Amino acid sequence: MSPVLQEVVITLLKVVILTQLLLGLFSFMTLAERRLLAFMQFRLGPNRTGPFGLFQPIADGIKLFFKEELMPDSATAWAFFAAPIVAVTAAFMAIATVPYGPEFTIPGTSFKVTPQLADLDVGILFIFAVTSLGVYSVVLAGWSANSKFSLLGGLRSSAQMFSYELSLGMSFVGVIMLAGSFKISDIVATQAGGFWNWNVMPWKQGLAAVVYFISAAAEVSRTPFDLPEGETELVAGYHTEYSSMKFALMQMAEYINMITVSVLTANLFLGGWNPGLPFLPTSGLWGLAYFAAKVLFVLFVFIWMRGTLPRFRYDQLMHFGWKVLIPLAALNVLGTATLIAVFKW
Amino acid sequence: MALFDRLLLFLVSEAFLFYVFSGTAVASALCVVLQRNPMHSAFALIVTFCSLSAVYGLLGAPFIAALQIIVYAGAIMVLFLFVLMLLNVKREEPSGGRALKTAAILLGALFALQVVGTLAGFGLSPAANYDSSTQSFARLLFGTRFLYVFEATSILILAALVGAVVVAKKDL
Repeated sequence: MSPVLQEVVITLLKVVILTQLLLGLFSFMTLAERRLLAFMQFRLGPNRTGPFGLFQPIADGIKLFFKEELMPDSATAWAFFAAPIVAVTAAFMAIATVPYGPEFTIPGTSFKVTPQLADLDVGILFIFAVTSLGVYSVVLAGWSANSKFSLLGGLRSSAQMFSYELSLGMSFVGVIMLAGSFKISDIVATQAGGFWNWNVMPWKQGLAAVVYFISAAAEVSRTPFDLPEGETELVAGYHTEYSSMKFALMQMAEYINMITVSVLTANLFLGGWNPGLPFLPTSGLWGLAYFAAKVLFVLFVFIWMRGTLPRFRYDQLMHFGWKVLIPLAALNVLGTATLIAVFKW
Repeated sequence: MALFDRLLLFLVSEAFLFYVFSGTAVASALCVVLQRNPMHSAFALIVTFCSLSAVYGLLGAPFIAALQIIVYAGAIMVLFLFVLMLLNVKREEPSGGRALKTAAILLGALFALQVVGTLAGFGLSPAANYDSSTQSFARLLFGTRFLYVFEATSILILAALVGAVVVAKKDL
């Protein structure tokens, strides 16, 4: 095989493996979320299907496949169909350029693999761009269904998403300035050594980490910010009219986005695949393990937040985004820039 | 296998991808103009921006590609759609008499002639090979050559921003 062809085949294999891993993680996230929430509320949660309820996601999937597909009569058909597609496409495109660990050799062979699909020169910018396209699935879904609840939910969500996108984008800037590169692998490399070098530490980019995590939770509509799904007033927000697999796709996109955000948190602020203590082994597969542990921890925090915090009111949400987070993010950029320019940090 | 190989290589070849994305860009741009429903036009415009960004990426300018999506598709078009959704704009009815249409066709033809004339002067040549990394782009933009222009533009935008707030808000 020619080198180009080899590259193509390896990339295709990586795509298949990554998609399957993500789909698996997504379906077990739904189960983990329900069970963990149940434990937090002194309930048991779904534990009847298989051992510990492990087959629950499969049962849910089969159920959703056999549900009737409904579309409101007055809906705009193409947009109604396009919304879940846009949602899933944007979610998967965003996660395609994140690295998952250092380069490693497959055990038993001499074959080197980088667990990343594409190491783009504009890494973070690309992810930021593609996630901002995810807003369109919300707009399309809200508008096309021609239902009050969908439209109001869609308006709310899109306003929320693009308000918090600003603070999200600005919280990256300090991290990028410290690393001097948009490439995520470079940013991870600057956090090597020990946990005191991680960007989450207050003497590095602690403020940015806080702003990033809050904005990310809002961006993926997780609990304190899940106004789009304000059941009591909006039924289910922009996906009120969706049923069956289209609903499942919307749900999948939401979870994949949550995973993307967690992967980014681990990469940008928690030191990526660096173990945090200098004496621990850092080679290949170990790196993957540390990375997976960090991502799972962040995902757990998201579920934990859902079990703990009550929902914001809409005006509080807007107030918080525009008058607290954005100034804080700007302050962080200013501080980091001063330290770098004046004190050669 | 040989056929499969060639198919794979064809699917990732620059020429194929270029025609796919530029074709999509042209088709969706036509959609923007020909649609009567403003919402449909807006969505078609988003598709145009995304395919243009892909073309930039193929030309070896990933930074411009990302900016194209962040600024145009991600920010400006969301605002457009937001306004369209809030105002609930109806289908646009055909307007203008015969005279207006004739004038439009004549002016359009004149403009097309100008564009073709200008482009014909350039001739076809492969895209210039230059260092298109984000770093060299930043050096150019923030280096001595364009620094003042860049800063002047940002002050202009800031002034416009403040102006918009003052005009929109009666009492601050």
